[in-house]
Amino acid sequence: MSVAEPIVANDQDTGQSDLAHRLARTWSQPGGFWGWFCNTHHTNIGIRFMVTAFIFFLLGGVLAAMIRLQLIRPENSRMGPDLYNQVFTMHGSTMIFLFAVPMMFQGFGVYVVPLMCGARNIAFPRLNAFSYYLYVGGALVLWGGLLTNTGPDVGWFAYVPLSGPQYSPGHRADIWSQMITFTEVSALGVAICLATTILRHRAPGMTLNRMPILLWEKLVISLAVIFAMPAVMVASGLLLLDRLVGTHFFNPAEGGDVLLYQHLFWFFGHPEVYIIFLPGASIISTLVECFSRRRIFGYTPIVVSVVATGFIGFTAASLMIVIPTGTQFFCWVVTLWTGRLQLRLPMLWSFGFFFVFLIGGLSGVMLASVPVDLQVHDTYFVVAHFHYVLIGGALFPMFAGIYFWFPKMAGRMLSARLGVWHFWLFFLGFNLTFFTMHFLGLRGMPRRVYTYSPDMHWQWLNVLASLGVVFMTAGLLVFLANVFRSLRNGEIAGNNPWADAGLEWSVSSPPPAYNFLHVPTVSGRDPLWEDPPDQPIVVGLRDDIRETLVTHSLDAEPQHKDEDPGPSLWPFLTALMVSATFVGSIFTPWAVPIGAVPVTVTLIGWLWPRGPSPAPRPSGESWAQ
Amino acid sequence: MLSSIFAWRWLAQAMPLEPGHHSVLHPAAPQAGHIEWLYWLIFWILFSVFVLMIAAFGRAGAKARVRGDRAFPIIEDEEGDRRASWAVGTALGVTVVTLFVVLVLSVVTGKRVEGLTSKNPVTIQITARQWWWEVTYPNSQADQTITTANEIHIPTGTPVVVLTNSKDVIHSFWAPNITGKRDLLPGYSSAFWFEVDKPGIYHGQCAEFCGLQHAHMGFSIIAESNDNFQAWQQQQLKPAADPQTAEAIRGRQVFLQNACLMCHTIRGTDAGSHLGPDLTHIASRNMIAAETLPNTSGTLAGWIVDPQRIKPGARMSPNPLAPDDLQALVTYLRGLQ
Amino acid sequence: MTLDVSGLPSVAFGHRNTTWLANVFYMAIEGMMFALMFATYFYLRTRSTDWPPGHLPPAIRYGALNAVVFLLSIAPAWWVRRRAPDGDRRAVRNGLLVLSLFALAATAFRVLEFTTLNCRWSDDAYSSTIWVLIGMHSGHLVTELIETLVLLAISFTPKMEGTRLADAAINSDYWYFVAVTGWMVDFLIYGTTRFL
Ligand code: HEA
Ligand code: HEA
Ligand code: HEC
Ligand code: CUA
Ligand SMILES: [Cu+2]
Repeated sequence: MSVAEPIVANDQDTGQSDLAHRLARTWSQPGGFWGWFCNTHHTNIGIRFMVTAFIFFLLGGVLAAMIRLQLIRPENSRMGPDLYNQVFTMHGSTMIFLFAVPMMFQGFGVYVVPLMCGARNIAFPRLNAFSYYLYVGGALVLWGGLLTNTGPDVGWFAYVPLSGPQYSPGHRADIWSQMITFTEVSALGVAICLATTILRHRAPGMTLNRMPILLWEKLVISLAVIFAMPAVMVASGLLLLDRLVGTHFFNPAEGGDVLLYQHLFWFFGHPEVYIIFLPGASIISTLVECFSRRRIFGYTPIVVSVVATGFIGFTAASLMIVIPTGTQFFCWVVTLWTGRLQLRLPMLWSFGFFFVFLIGGLSGVMLASVPVDLQVHDTYFVVAHFHYVLIGGALFPMFAGIYFWFPKMAGRMLSARLGVWHFWLFFLGFNLTFFTMHFLGLRGMPRRVYTYSPDMHWQWLNVLASLGVVFMTAGLLVFLANVFRSLRNGEIAGNNPWADAGLEWSVSSPPPAYNFLHVPTVSGRDPLWEDPPDQPIVVGLRDDIRETLVTHSLDAEPQHKDEDPGPSLWPFLTALMVSATFVGSIFTPWAVPIGAVPVTVTLIGWLWPRGPSPAPRPSGESWAQ
Repeated sequence: MLSSIFAWRWLAQAMPLEPGHHSVLHPAAPQAGHIEWLYWLIFWILFSVFVLMIAAFGRAGAKARVRGDRAFPIIEDEEGDRRASWAVGTALGVTVVTLFVVLVLSVVTGKRVEGLTSKNPVTIQITARQWWWEVTYPNSQADQTITTANEIHIPTGTPVVVLTNSKDVIHSFWAPNITGKRDLLPGYSSAFWFEVDKPGIYHGQCAEFCGLQHAHMGFSIIAESNDNFQAWQQQQLKPAADPQTAEAIRGRQVFLQNACLMCHTIRGTDAGSHLGPDLTHIASRNMIAAETLPNTSGTLAGWIVDPQRIKPGARMSPNPLAPDDLQALVTYLRGLQ
Repeated sequence: MTLDVSGLPSVAFGHRNTTWLANVFYMAIEGMMFALMFATYFYLRTRSTDWPPGHLPPAIRYGALNAVVFLLSIAPAWWVRRRAPDGDRRAVRNGLLVLSLFALAATAFRVLEFTTLNCRWSDDAYSSTIWVLIGMHSGHLVTELIETLVLLAISFTPKMEGTRLADAAINSDYWYFVAVTGWMVDFLIYGTTRFL
């Protein structure tokens, strides 16, 4: 028996199976083929985000392996420049837009946040489902492009004028721009859902200063998304207009300006890298607390750091951002010191994160020194930096998080032994590949070159870098084997295998369709660790409709009840129409006015009130603002 | 030089595989030297941070138990919190000081890099093209202006002012042994300096992704004594050498009767277009096609017939010439010293 | 121990409503887009000596008319917003009706406005910016028009009740947003081209 379990009783064991049945019926999601498209429960959509993003990580990784194969020797003729440029652009775009953000922000956020809040579902579940389909639409467009030799080939930030109409004829750059629109609308939709869930669906008693750090980070990231993503949509939108209808925003010959694009893009790009890193950091905060068996030290400084990172991210003041990041590092270290650390598998991956991200952060500090950057900018030194921070800040925490929450999602544990193999293979391969790149950069190897001359003597370092991929691939295969093995006959996880403090561990694994039999209340920051046995539960929510509880943003006092709109096919249909419109607009601007018609129709279908008309206001119920 | 106190510098340079003619760690000019010095200084500062942090994590990891299942969680630990606050506070103080030091060092170095004194500088105009560099030595008199490509001759010990521009997309001018890189943006012209002390040939490379042949957009900086530089200049100012042999004369005809003159200039002939490199003194160059091939009869012939095979995407169309025409053309071009 | 929430209302107006919050986020996103386009406009302005470069400034007629329409339309929007929490369905329906008429008028004037800009989007960067600014705003205007029409249609059915009334009120908030950004775009297009 874990220490945590007796504190909040297991829902299934409380003899309230009648209620459980009614809730299960009310909250059930439709089955069958079309039912899959109607699903609006956050656990399902969250897992879909994660699985899809992981597939795109593997695909992006296959492209990376192609890059490494090409660079293994000088004047390699395996790939010509035309293909190579598509491959590295697709690799970067896939990893950033189809993997890192959808996995770390959308995937983990959509799955974990409502459970951590003690909510029955995410706010605006249909918008959430819509966001998923739109993301898939963008991914299909991008990869469809590559498979039809229309893969973008202008780098993952598509600088003008190279990406403009004059130097990139054809539709490659259009595909890139539209993929941006798809994925950013998706991230924005999820940001609205998550921010609203965190602000309005927290369990009573979970005041702002009792919110788990992970919720803080998701809130900050959602706001960062809301303020940053519009910039890249404007940048890529104007690029598309320049390309398709002949505007001149970036054309110096007609009063346009090439730096304008860079300003717009990096107004998104700088916060973007922290949008990728902060979810990872929040996973680490969660794990450090759980496995050092100690309430995390420095809750307030960490929260302040997260907020500060969100703000400073916009200013491009790279050096300043070391202070909040350092604060988080220091708080983690001292928490480990003063706790009773258990080196379980997720924690092993956290140590991997500490090591890898530290190196990447420190090389980032070197880049932030302007004179040094003048030398190493756009060389493999930068490639090394950003893989250390991206893989350190996203991939290592992702695996830590998967090993941690997989038992909740699947109900079964992953094998720790295979997990350790996975770790060492990937960790060693990773460092072999990317540490080497620092030297390549200092020896002058520029990035984004499809080949190099033997006179440069870059070959042996490149061979080492390519060799690392073999180990990384082996590690990933071990991981995949682990997952498939565990899904069939992994050890049964139980509600709370790690004896963690978060509310998500108080429900069965996997959670039922209604998440919580009774919406919980909390009286402390670490509910399962410190709430008293007689912690109140919420009663009085109807079980014949999908009623949810709305609480106050600051003090989480119950305020009113809301109704979850339930499953629907309309979000999928709308996403389909929107996708068709976006794709069509690549070929003719008329697609926009024409496509607007079906989009409007599906939107009305989505929002049109159904079911019995609501009763007029019951007397005595106050609707006042 | 302060940098020589870093034994590591020697180590890094002595690493195998290192030719050193295209490397940040082998400065051949004061500016690259300042940056290299800064690089190692920051490297050592951050390396210390790295060691401290690894020690800190190591200490945490050393206490870990792999199987100490489900220890009761600690909610309140005043003693631990006190020690922790102290440690975090100190570490943050150190961080702020470190960052400040890095910042100050960077600003100081930045000033040193920019602050070359200008006594009678040589002025060069560099115009980036997809995927080669047009180099001109401007002069108020048109006939005193030198135009060449990809190979930049400069006198040692003299400041060189580079005026930059781009004709198409964004490129970046980078010779790592000499100084940091500069972006060349269409619609913007800008200027920077550098100076080289040691004679030699230094390799450079476009460092901003610029399309298909970004990989083959090299250049070289040929630093030579002032006398040699003057001699080179005098040579370049002359119009193209008149062909001497019958074959070379025929070669000139081939050149003028084919598409060549639509793109190239050979001063002293009818060819006066600027879409491609000026070929007036093509034979005086070490390399062709932006450092892609050594300049020999064989490579020249191969290039002229099918540049797309050598440099796919290059803005020069293939020229399927009859073998003897080609032979003559190459002979003519090889004579353009 | 239990916390009984059965007595809590099932409808909330104003800032307590979750859709209201989502609408605020949505306006933040759109507001960012407008802000970045405004920034683009001024940035391009600094890259040109002449402004407008070789064009007459856009003719002010329809822009001015629309500014007035936006101003007048505040009244029905305000009315809907005010009467909705009282459950006054008739007032809400009438308010939406008047609001739709204003939105229709604004859309009609907007169509004419496009013919009097004195430039084509493909002329130069200045013209592109003018067209995109006004085009972006038109997109919002049309969206808002459709939304108002749909709410108007619902208001003729018994479904305009409870949380739908809250939606009608939120629609008014969004109308304010459209009006305010409309004035700002007008100021840029008609004002700064004359005085900057
Ligand atoms: C997850 C993504 C992520 C993260 C978190 C970071 C974090 C940082 N990055 Fe990085 N960066 C990228 C992703 C990221 N970066 C990408 C993708 C690019 C290239 C894009 C492209 O061109 O394709 C890039 C490029 C990039 C550049 C431009 C380089 C160039 O193109 O020339 C610079 C320059 O300043 C920079 C700096 C930094 C700094 C200072 C940090 C800091 O935030 C790091 C802070 C962390 C630490 C320092 C470690 C922990 C701190 C301590 C233990 C405290 C003690 C430390 C000290 C006393 C120093 N980055
Ligand atoms: C999160 C982001 C992320 C991640 C995880 C990675 C992962 C990797 N990257 Fe990536 N990279 C970027 C983001 C990322 N990269 C970005 C943004 C750029 C810049 C692009 C640009 O310049 O525009 C870049 C550029 C970049 C370059 C520079 C290209 C150039 O400039 O020319 C290189 C070169 O080696 C490289 C290599 C790798 C490698 C070897 C991996 C490895 O870690 C990958 C490991 C994974 C695998 C090897 C997959 C294994 C596959 C299986 C196990 C499949 C099994 C099969 C099935 C079941 C189908 N990357
Ligand atoms: C369509 C335009 C065009 C035509 C026609 C053309 N060239 Fe070129 N040429 C170029 C361009 C552009 C380059 C630079 C290519 C590069 O380095 O990427 C070039 C490069 C060269 C070079 C190498 C110059 C150097 O300094 O590196 C030689 C030699 C040359 N061309 C010879 C010829 C000859 C001979 C012909 C005719 C038979 C010819 N070219 C026809 C555009 C053209
Ligand atoms: Cu020019 Cu890269
Ligand atoms: Cu940045």
